[in-house]
Amino acid sequence: MDIWVLPEANLLRKCIFCILSVGPIPNHIAFIMDGNRRFTKKCKLMKGAGHKVGFSALMSILKYCYEFGVRYVTVYVFSIENFKRSPEESIVNRYGVRVIFSGNLKLLSEPVRLAAERAMLATDKNSKAVLSICVAYTSTNEIMHAVQESCEEKWDEITILNSSGAGYGLISLGGYEQDEMDHLIKLNDIEKHMYMAASPDPDIIIRTSSETRLSNFLLWQSANCYLYSPSVLWPEIGFRQFLWAILNFQRIHFYLDKQRQQS
Amino acid sequence: MDFSNESRVLHRCSAHIGNLLLRSLWHLVHFIISICNFTLDIANVLESYLISSGLLGRYKSLHIAKLRYLAIVIESEGAYQTLKIIELLQWLEAVGVKHVCLYDNEGILKKSKDFILENLDGAILFQVLSYWQPSIYAMLDAHENNVLLDQQHMTLEFVSFSDGKEAVAKAANVLFMKYSKSGVTDQNQKEKIFTESQMTEALKTVGSGGPEPDLLLVYGPARCHLGFPAWRIKYTEIVHMGLLKSMNYGSLIKAIYKFTMVRQNYGK
Repeated sequence: MDIWVLPEANLLRKCIFCILSVGPIPNHIAFIMDGNRRFTKKCKLMKGAGHKVGFSALMSILKYCYEFGVRYVTVYVFSIENFKRSPEESIVNRYGVRVIFSGNLKLLSEPVRLAAERAMLATDKNSKAVLSICVAYTSTNEIMHAVQESCEEKWDEITILNSSGAGYGLISLGGYEQDEMDHLIKLNDIEKHMYMAASPDPDIIIRTSSETRLSNFLLWQSANCYLYSPSVLWPEIGFRQFLWAILNFQRIHFYLDKQRQQS
Repeated sequence: MDFSNESRVLHRCSAHIGNLLLRSLWHLVHFIISICNFTLDIANVLESYLISSGLLGRYKSLHIAKLRYLAIVIESEGAYQTLKIIELLQWLEAVGVKHVCLYDNEGILKKSKDFILENLDGAILFQVLSYWQPSIYAMLDAHENNVLLDQQHMTLEFVSFSDGKEAVAKAANVLFMKYSKSGVTDQNQKEKIFTESQMTEALKTVGSGGPEPDLLLVYGPARCHLGFPAWRIKYTEIVHMGLLKSMNYGSLIKAIYKFTMVRQNYGK
């Protein structure tokens, strides 16, 4: 159990946050919650216990993020086991968090999808912070879906132009030059159809258990993002790892910001 | 009136002092972190020296066949250090790495590719082997280590930001052409066009369809892939190597060794 959650540590944590806020505060942090099952095995617990401990670790991390002033937090839910319970209402209400479920939600079972939609509706009015829960999500599926939506949207545009008589025969694309046809769909069109379009690109992605892969998570959005892989398992993550991530982010922020502006 | 003015001035002064104190503490914290990182760097340099000199026995034999495709991301300043890059590639050649992809965000490496290829004995440009590409993919997919070991020359691929997001936009246009010609009204056809494998094919068509690297080494100030084509790094191990100007052989061996051990234990 993370000692930083105890009331006595609150004041110390607030002081540390006060000092750290002199430097840049990340706008968006993403977490890959890896290691729940390994934790269960390591501590010889009953099946599912690792996920329970992992869930409370997530609540602590969310508290640290929103207290420090991080506006957007994204979590990657590998399996729906990680998210059988919805985020504690106290955290959502206290920090004005809007909950968004990102991913191919059609793949979820009916009860899960309905619960997700209810949570999104209930928190729709909150505007201080955002929690994106990536479920039934892979980056390649996200890119593919965005491309498909862009193509369908472009086709509808052309159909409308044509039916309003302004098409000049565009419906068969005969009216376009070859060069124009290669650039009908633009990068902006694809980006606005991403599942994660509502959030800015992440500043830090933290994956626990020393795993150095992104495992098909936020591949498109992580071009200028600091990747941090602490060795602890997800249920063991605490304030120390959060602090280390922030400190390292602040050290390289100037460089990453420059990279971002060049892109 | 004077009293309220004085208290305002006092309030401002104390706010300034408080601010200064916070800033000093922040700098102090970061100074301590720099010392910690510096100590870690010294330990790493010592370890690298031991590895290079062959004193650490376990690094002597690498299961290099497990590393089928290696990618190297170099930050923009490092990309101008062509001689360092050639030295790095020579080390990789000596270790037995056969397929390397070099990436930098701005395409600086693409401009120096002729110079690099000239100075690296026997290296071939990946793109030139376009008619051999299917066989390279087959080799990489078939896990046939014998075939890989027979490979005489190192292949080099040069990639930049335009092979990432911009290539996806171009591939989207390719799929749009297919969509407009056949799949609009037919749901089945639509499902056949917009699949991940169709996207992979479309990316190959626009010239940005290289294989997925197993390992990606980042030479720069931070562990960050700097925009390497997203489609290709789904399950790639990403390792930070520090700045190119302070690269050393020992760290390279250590990174490859760790990768081969990981692959042994966990798979994808």
